[in-house]
Amino acid sequence: MTISKRNFLKTVATAAAAAAVPSVLTMASGAASAADPVTVGILHSMSGSLALAEAHVVDAEKLAIDEINAAGGVLGRQIKVIVEDGASDWPTFAEKAQKLLVKDKVAAVFGCYTSASRKAVLPVFERYKGLLYYPTYYEGLEMSKNILYTGQEATQSIIPAVQWLAKEKKAKTFFLIGSDYVWPRTTNKIAIPTIAKAGGTVAGEEYFPLGSTEFASVINKIKAAKPDVIVSTIVGGSNVAFYKQLASAGITGKNTTIMAMAVTEEEAIGIGADNLVGVHSIMGYFQSMKNPANEKFVKAFKAKYGKDRVVGDTLEAGYISVYLWKLAVEKAKSFDVQKVVAASANLEFDAPEGKIKFHPTNNHLFKHARVGAFKADGQVEILYESALIEPNPFPKL
Amino acid sequence: MLVNFDRFTFNLETMMSFDIFVMQAFGGVSLFTVLALMALGLAIVFGLMGVINMAHGEIMALGAYTTYLTSLLFQSYLPDFAGFYFPIGVVLAFGVTFLFGLLLERGMIRFLYARPLDTMLSTWGLSLILQQLFRQVFGAIDVNVPTVSWLQGAWHVSDTIQLPLSRIFILFLTLGVAAGLYFFLFRSHWGLRIRAVMQNRTMAGAAGINTANVDAVTFALGCGLAGIAGAALTMLAATGPSTGQQYIVDTFVVVVFGGVQSLLGTFMSAFMIGQMQSMLEYALSGSMAKVLILSLVIVVLYFRPNGLFSIKVRR
Repeated sequence: MTISKRNFLKTVATAAAAAAVPSVLTMASGAASAADPVTVGILHSMSGSLALAEAHVVDAEKLAIDEINAAGGVLGRQIKVIVEDGASDWPTFAEKAQKLLVKDKVAAVFGCYTSASRKAVLPVFERYKGLLYYPTYYEGLEMSKNILYTGQEATQSIIPAVQWLAKEKKAKTFFLIGSDYVWPRTTNKIAIPTIAKAGGTVAGEEYFPLGSTEFASVINKIKAAKPDVIVSTIVGGSNVAFYKQLASAGITGKNTTIMAMAVTEEEAIGIGADNLVGVHSIMGYFQSMKNPANEKFVKAFKAKYGKDRVVGDTLEAGYISVYLWKLAVEKAKSFDVQKVVAASANLEFDAPEGKIKFHPTNNHLFKHARVGAFKADGQVEILYESALIEPNPFPKL
Repeated sequence: MLVNFDRFTFNLETMMSFDIFVMQAFGGVSLFTVLALMALGLAIVFGLMGVINMAHGEIMALGAYTTYLTSLLFQSYLPDFAGFYFPIGVVLAFGVTFLFGLLLERGMIRFLYARPLDTMLSTWGLSLILQQLFRQVFGAIDVNVPTVSWLQGAWHVSDTIQLPLSRIFILFLTLGVAAGLYFFLFRSHWGLRIRAVMQNRTMAGAAGINTANVDAVTFALGCGLAGIAGAALTMLAATGPSTGQQYIVDTFVVVVFGGVQSLLGTFMSAFMIGQMQSMLEYALSGSMAKVLILSLVIVVLYFRPNGLFSIKVRR
């Protein structure tokens, strides 16, 4: 085969260019690596029946990221954020989680609200060795090496709630009503022996699909059972229908003791504060708390998003999750997931909900449980604050 | 008209006192009127015109959002009359959705009359567009449509029997809508034209009826009824971009179960499903009641594919 001069020169030129490309790339990336931004992901439902509860958590997390960036970033690097919408659909959560970890290669993800969404993404995070900060109160019974839980678990939510109701409201009969998925069902499984230990009985236990809007029959059942207290684990948009229909049946927070386990100042806007007056809530944080860190947080949030906006427990937990990640990364001097999780043990932070710290081994936070009642303006009047509760995701009941 | 399965009647008797029974029966009637109100608009469009409107739920949401805007308007400009906003909101909801239906029919539906699959697909696409539009304009979060003070609370028939006022209102609203619809379809000239076109389009056209206009008005009427349903539902549930999706399945089930070409069938099926769901929800749980109802619908449709009341019409 004869090689013409033209072909020969063409081939050599192409080969030389191909050989030069990698070195050009490494030169460019080598020069810029110190100032590269670090990418994190945010994964919440911004549409669908959970949007009422979850969509604004994104805002709180973004506020924290903006504040950290303004103060110089993490390890000198600015934080870049990719926001994905789980759309209240668990397979979508899993799919977006995989995209964030594999395609976008994020250093951490702040996300999920329902336990169903967290269970859906758990295998994804464990498989791709990602890191999820989960800011929502949940039922416990879980501890993954790839998740840091910044919300309350059962010993910090339902158990103190039942104990408070039995003690302060002298409640003997409990009516449990919830949405039909893992968190309400497991919460009630934990609540039932707690109620028995407190000397009470369960007058009824009912579940309705997420997004359901017809509560007439169960409200009649509640009227027939005449319980001392209604414990509601109804989640998301269904709360609007539930409290409206309760009110038109004559059951309000003023004449009945209702403990809403999944209603914060956020949901109160969609439900209508007048439908919630007197309804109790148990959370780790309420906007009406008075301390300097909270006043600064609420002021910054309202300045950025509008003075009519409110903050609830999950928003605050989302906000502190970002700061806890920053502190852990700076302590570990690395973005590596295992090192960050290891550095999180015993990590302390001055949060809007007070001083909190991570447990040395189980990836959960020490938290106070606070019980309050909703007022006509949609804010919560705090009635009781527990001591700092050590997190125990696997309690003996 | 209660469907009695022996086991369930036994359960009901041991669990219910008379008061609860009355409230449950009312609950069933209320559910019937809610389903009927939602299904009437769809039945007209589906039954009289053969158009499968997958965006029916979103048009209900449009009616609900119109009511929301009316409440905002009254709060800002006429706070003294805030209690009157709701009836005006319902009327406006009808108006807005009627006009929207006219535009929709002229702009899209009329090109797809002989193509049911394409109508389904295009109205499905429309429902997605409308949902996203709601999200853009009103936000992804449910908005609060306040219930007017004279419809809050319940009518205390006795010490122990309380019937929610909002549901009583919807009951009368549905009766009024049904009566209005009856008079419109069977006692007015427009109704005569609509029925003529439905029974025999070519002959009606030959008799001098403008079938294109009749189609537009029929479709707009169906949409207007959906708007009224959406406005009424703001008292019972959340108003948000996905509100339509929550109701569309139940609405289709009611229409198909009753027989697509029969408005009376729609009423009967709404009544059956409403009562059964109410009773079963009391005896069992919410999810199980749904399962049983849908299984029943499947079984009935297996034996009577055209629904409970299928009218044989020469086309």
